[in-house]
Amino acid sequence: MTAATATPDKTTEIRMKYGSMSNDRKWALRWSYFFLVLFAIFFLTPPIYMLITSLKTSQEISAITNPWWVFNPTLDNYRELLTSNSYLTFFLNSSIVTISVVIITMLISVPAAFALSRMRFWGSTVLGMGVFLTYLIPETLLFIPLFKMMAVFNEWTGIALINRWWVLLILYPTLTVPFTTWIMIGYFASIPKELDEAALIDGATWLQTLTKIFIPVALPGLIAAMIFTFTVSWAQFLYPLAFTTSESQLVLPVGIITTLIKGDVFNWGQIMTGALLGAAPPLIIYAFLMDYYIAGLTAGATKG
Amino acid sequence: MAEVHIRKVVKKYDEVLAVRGIDLDIRDHEFVVLVGPSGCGKTTTLRMIAGLEDITDGEIAIGGDVVNDVPPKDRDIAMVFQNYALYPHMTVHENMSFGLRLKKFPKDEINRRVDEAARILDITELLDRKPKQLSGGQRQRVAMGRAIVRNPKVFLFDEPLSNLDAKLRVQMRIEIKKVHQKVRTTTVYVTHDQVEAMTLADRVVVMNHGVIEQVGTPTELYHNPRTRFVAGFIGSPAMNFISCNLQEEGGQLKLRVNNDLSLPVPPARAGKYMQHKGNGSVLLGLRPEHLTEARSQLEPGVVAFDANLDVTEPMGMETLVYFPINGETICGRVNPSAGAKDGAPLKMAADLNQMHLIDPKSGLVL
Repeated sequence: MTAATATPDKTTEIRMKYGSMSNDRKWALRWSYFFLVLFAIFFLTPPIYMLITSLKTSQEISAITNPWWVFNPTLDNYRELLTSNSYLTFFLNSSIVTISVVIITMLISVPAAFALSRMRFWGSTVLGMGVFLTYLIPETLLFIPLFKMMAVFNEWTGIALINRWWVLLILYPTLTVPFTTWIMIGYFASIPKELDEAALIDGATWLQTLTKIFIPVALPGLIAAMIFTFTVSWAQFLYPLAFTTSESQLVLPVGIITTLIKGDVFNWGQIMTGALLGAAPPLIIYAFLMDYYIAGLTAGATKG
Repeated sequence: MAEVHIRKVVKKYDEVLAVRGIDLDIRDHEFVVLVGPSGCGKTTTLRMIAGLEDITDGEIAIGGDVVNDVPPKDRDIAMVFQNYALYPHMTVHENMSFGLRLKKFPKDEINRRVDEAARILDITELLDRKPKQLSGGQRQRVAMGRAIVRNPKVFLFDEPLSNLDAKLRVQMRIEIKKVHQKVRTTTVYVTHDQVEAMTLADRVVVMNHGVIEQVGTPTELYHNPRTRFVAGFIGSPAMNFISCNLQEEGGQLKLRVNNDLSLPVPPARAGKYMQHKGNGSVLLGLRPEHLTEARSQLEPGVVAFDANLDVTEPMGMETLVYFPINGETICGRVNPSAGAKDGAPLKMAADLNQMHLIDPKSGLVL
């Protein structure tokens, strides 16, 4: 009798407890969704506004209508931009600069990270620390001394570096190399020591160990570093603004504002279109390689 | 195939001496096991042979050539690591052939060697898999395969079975022995497991605190340990050490354990130990299998005594019994039919023909 009454009590008790746990979870989920939606709205509003504005004519943009609605959609802005020589030049310059910077950065930072993480040599820890510290200095502090250096270099050698698009190939790596080296050090550190020892015994040189073992094993980290470099180079604004001036030498972010803002006349439709089109390449790359990017960043963060 | 000579080798990490000047000659085709507790310098020694650690002092020769300044790749050695160290992005075939491909061997020679090694290790059907698709035992085989295809002068094993579960470890132990019987390459094997050392080795090298305690065949080490450390390290369960006094009582050399127990030294040993009598306390070393239940007829040199069992451990083919002598827990092995029970008294017999006498100060076996 007692047993019979006790049993259902117990089950209800257990069920209630279970119920409260899932209640907890429900609330946690509600809060997560609330903040996620908030963040999504916050970050998606500008691009959506850009998209809306890019589909409007100049008259509609300056007219007093609802700015969140397109009454007479048009693709004129896109047509004009994609047929204008200067925009295509900017796009081409940006592409060349970015791809070259990605290659240069990888060529420097991967061997550097390998050396700093694996080849114990005098001062390697100090150097590793130094690499990280250089990343902490903002470019806003660096561009004036860098400009001066280029000017002095010009005086001494007669080689003009300023107002040439390829000067960016020297400047951007000062931003990208420290960080990618840091990511790769963390990633290489997570590779067990025995793996390079096995390769060493198998007869691999340091270079072969790097190319045949480390790079393939650390590929997710490498891709993360490449995406980072790509994003930084593609979006870089200050250096090209300071170092390049001729229209033929400009990259996309600077080109858009210098050619589409004439005095106090803002060609908003084309500015928005240009920015939107400029955002497309990183977007496409992220969409395809996002998983690698996250895997690479977290590995560097926790095991580095 | 080659001999390995280690001459007065010292390894110093900053101020810590990991290896304190060891000498060792390893013969061609020999299977030598370095065994000892962690921190005894066995792995460091192996890594110095491999060339993964610099030698602070002394010299190491492989096949007659001093290799102190020779990089690992030119020493013609192969190493199997504890965590296998397989290249995760390569298939089993690529893993095994990596060294040969670096040395630019012709393709059909590579394939021939890989196939042969795979056949020896019974991993032919795994050749196209990646390491993460393999079980622990299979990975271990691949790691061995990678060593075999190289056909090196010396195999080096660094605790290769430590990551496997107990059952698989026994299986792989037999595999390693079989492989060595087939390929006959000189092998240096490091382990902390004395059972592995005993079962695999032609000769066992017992190390402790950076020095070699004793080198010998497994049976030599088992029956004639030279130091207390070796006596206690080799054999499972470990040898019992009973502190007692060696003295002459009634014209006979006896070991006085306590007021109630005095064990007569067998006449065959008496002459050897006579010179040490009256030197104060000595340690009597007796293996558990020499402490058995007393039979009605005692053989010469076997002494019966009464023991109060604390704990018994029935193992099936034998029962381990634990009883106190002078406050120390002593282990004996008795027949399961002897009727040993927890907390019950049992008539035990000590076979003093198998005794060892140890000087507690020097730790040397007398």
